[in-house]
Amino acid sequence: MFRKIFDWLDERLGLTTIYEVTLDRKVPKVNWFFTLGSASLFLFIMQGVTGMLLTIYYVPSPDHAYDSIQYIMTGVSFGWLVRGIHHWGASLMVLVVFLHMLRTFYFAAYKYTRELTWLTGIVLLLCTLGMGFTGYLLPWNQKAYWATTVGTKIAGSVPFIGEFIQGVLRGGNDLSGVTLARFFSAHIWWLPAILAAVIGIHLYMVIRLGISAIPTEED
Amino acid sequence: MPDSPHMSRREFVTIVSVTVGAAIGTAVGLPAIGYILTPALNAKEADAWVPLGPVENYPVGVPTLMSFVRSKVNGWEKTANSYGVFVIREEGDTIKVFSNVCTHLGCRVNWDDASQEFKCPCHDAAFDVDGGIVKGPQPRPLDVYETKVEEGNLLIHFVEG
Repeated sequence: MFRKIFDWLDERLGLTTIYEVTLDRKVPKVNWFFTLGSASLFLFIMQGVTGMLLTIYYVPSPDHAYDSIQYIMTGVSFGWLVRGIHHWGASLMVLVVFLHMLRTFYFAAYKYTRELTWLTGIVLLLCTLGMGFTGYLLPWNQKAYWATTVGTKIAGSVPFIGEFIQGVLRGGNDLSGVTLARFFSAHIWWLPAILAAVIGIHLYMVIRLGISAIPTEED
Repeated sequence: MPDSPHMSRREFVTIVSVTVGAAIGTAVGLPAIGYILTPALNAKEADAWVPLGPVENYPVGVPTLMSFVRSKVNGWEKTANSYGVFVIREEGDTIKVFSNVCTHLGCRVNWDDASQEFKCPCHDAAFDVDGGIVKGPQPRPLDVYETKVEEGNLLIHFVEG
């Protein structure tokens, strides 16, 4: 019975082919360091799901942001857990993505023909850091406010165009509701959209080119 | 049509598709840039004399923190921004007023009585009683406000933008 249903679906969707190409592909003998990319992907999905849950209650306005998070933490069942996972998952994701980059670098896996995989990886690292930077403001507490004051001012220290960049990031001279709204927009729409698209390209190349073996003495 | 003097149907469709696509992309993309930049380009300028109360309220020789609030419209939101200044009344009639915004990255400095320095909690910048750099990463001394005294009241010249 299940066999028949599966065969019917497989004929139309090519499930066996998808499985063979993506999961059953040939890989060299590698070690646990090669799981960091999958770990990054897992964390991205987990941040996505917990983030979507948070937007059910969170309100990105100066009047409501802090209180809506207080409600998530104290009034909503398992709100502390959802926010806790999102909070710690964020730090963990930056760490894991960074370790993934170090592994690629030290195992020389960025070389021909995987240059573009490395370059898209740079975009993914920067977007991950951008997610951390924009997400940090959203609780709208003292730490968030001053971290963003300092962070946008660092962008403002760029010669000549710094002040303009700072104005664009803040949406004006000071931190305000405009800043909170655009950081929220970047955090839940723009950066995740870029991340998802570039992860797709990144994984396509991983599958198309295969992963590199651990360098040996001859390499 | 190998020898046809006209462009092929395929070429024509390619050119039309690219042209129309580019036109639509530009028609949406250029306004989108203006849309994103608006709050930065419309940043308001401010120029006012802010009263800080009678001069005799300030002790001589000790930097005293005084704060005032100015409201401003950012986008749709009316924001009440709080500003802090250190007023230093010296012997005679000279009065100096420093902004408490650290010139490094915008944290707020505090007066530390023990070391007689303004200290920034963020990156350990220190300024002397005249606002000059003692140590730290800050690029310039504390910002100074222009002051005037009218009928015994202190006013500072607040300029922004």
